[in-house]
Amino acid sequence: MKKPQSDTALTAWLRKRVERWQRLGELAKVQRDRQDEKVEDVRELAQGFRALARDVSLARGVMPDSRLTHHLEALFLGLHEVIFRAPGSLGQELKKLFTVEIPRIMWTLRGSLAATGSLFILGGAAGWWLVATYPELAALFASEQMIQKVQRGELWTDGLLNVFPPSILSLQIMTNNIVVALFAFALGVFYGLGTLYIIGLNGLLLGGVFAFTAEYSLHGKLFSFVVAHGIVELTVICIAGAAGVHLGEALARPGARTRTEAFREAVRLGGRLMVVCALFLVGAGFIEGYISPDPSYPLSTRITVGVTYACVLWLVLSGRLWQLKPQADPF
Amino acid sequence: MQDKLVLHTTDGVELTLSIAGIGSRSYAFLIDWHIRLLLAVAWVLTLTQLLPLLPDRLLSGNLAMIYLLLLPASVLYFLYHPIVEVAMRGRTPGKRMAGVRVVTNQGQTPGIGALLIRNVFRLVDSMPFFYVVGLTTAIVTARQVRLGDLAAGTVLVYDERPGRLSFEGQVAAHPRLERRELEWVQDLLERWPGLAPESRCRLAAKLLERLGEAPAPWLEGDDEALRARLEAVAQETREEAAV
Repeated sequence: MKKPQSDTALTAWLRKRVERWQRLGELAKVQRDRQDEKVEDVRELAQGFRALARDVSLARGVMPDSRLTHHLEALFLGLHEVIFRAPGSLGQELKKLFTVEIPRIMWTLRGSLAATGSLFILGGAAGWWLVATYPELAALFASEQMIQKVQRGELWTDGLLNVFPPSILSLQIMTNNIVVALFAFALGVFYGLGTLYIIGLNGLLLGGVFAFTAEYSLHGKLFSFVVAHGIVELTVICIAGAAGVHLGEALARPGARTRTEAFREAVRLGGRLMVVCALFLVGAGFIEGYISPDPSYPLSTRITVGVTYACVLWLVLSGRLWQLKPQADPF
Repeated sequence: MQDKLVLHTTDGVELTLSIAGIGSRSYAFLIDWHIRLLLAVAWVLTLTQLLPLLPDRLLSGNLAMIYLLLLPASVLYFLYHPIVEVAMRGRTPGKRMAGVRVVTNQGQTPGIGALLIRNVFRLVDSMPFFYVVGLTTAIVTARQVRLGDLAAGTVLVYDERPGRLSFEGQVAAHPRLERRELEWVQDLLERWPGLAPESRCRLAAKLLERLGEAPAPWLEGDDEALRARLEAVAQETREEAAV
């Protein structure tokens, strides 16, 4: 069987290029793993990338759908990814997030935050009114066990530390709160209705439970339990809700963008905010596990802890912790 | 419905990635689900056996149970996807076995943020049960993506990695065979372990016959002998290349 002459010429060309491709593969791997970033290597990679673009085009012409062409395309894709990836590291991203992006996002979401905060307060008032007017409805807000305990003049949180150690309690609480916050955000995908349901329901529950404990004059004790962790915890849930409402609004009123673009942009904003929400919920979980159920802490200490933690939250969200002011309509 | 993700690079080269459908997506998820379940169960079973061997001071009742048994098992089960996807750059063992990976809409490896967003939206995609929301979204969207992918700007594509054969193996000349014919031999040898014995024997016999190296009739069902013949054909290439 006599081989065509073109095949021999092709082999000669390939042999000339093969070493170059291998070298590019090695350089791409080094750059991808960020093992050693030498300037001359980066320059060599950029120059090799252009040559590879020509090789891919040539290979497609003379060897369409061959293994070698696929191999070259994969190499080209890998190089393209390394060369055109966004600059920066995780540390820089986090710094930018806290110092620049979070204050801007909070400014953008101020309307949504006002809406979710109002809904939460309205829900709380409605829950209070319902249970105060129809005490039998307390069964909707509290379990049978909780009701019996309150009727005996005790709160369900009394002696909590005898059942669970603070570390476990904190872990359970922070996990639960983070999941609630993530739900409040993600359920915004149902045009904001899922978020409104979560926020309204949480307000309703809190108001109902307070009204129920007030019937037995235990609301002061409940306030004492809640105040250290509750201010930040509830604020953060409302902030996550604001991100969810913003998501719903982006879907309902995308403006000049397509609905998908508006949705993605709202997710990007909310996702960044959720990082901060999760961090503060971890802190709130520790307070709720270690301080709130411990009767040795007086009310004044609890209020101080709650208010101080809320101030830290405000300083971080407003950017004032880093002496930054939110800019008007940044997005 | 799109089945290709077309990437236009700055150098004018157009690349295409094949979009994975809900079949591959579900297959990868099922493998991953089994893996994380087995990991969590294996952890609990192993620790249950090891707990009696640990010093008493490490075992203070429920605390040891929770910290040593349940916490790591829960992390393995519930945080498997975000952790593994971030660590493996958009892949998981299940996705790898199903031959798919997550990329951005621009065909690049997603960053940590996109991968975390994609996983946060699992909360909605898995609602109300068995990923009904996610599967429905995948069916109705052009790129067959679930809500999490829509949110994160990602898409599941087939991971078309080049074979194990190096560039040298691919560019080597053969004294008799044309390049295309040589590719067939290399291709079959690479796929050999994944093919059923009857199929690979049939393919090998046909290929050798076409290349003018028809095996003796008594060799036609001999798995090892046929493979050795194919390797000998490919070997000629390497010898030629060395010369």
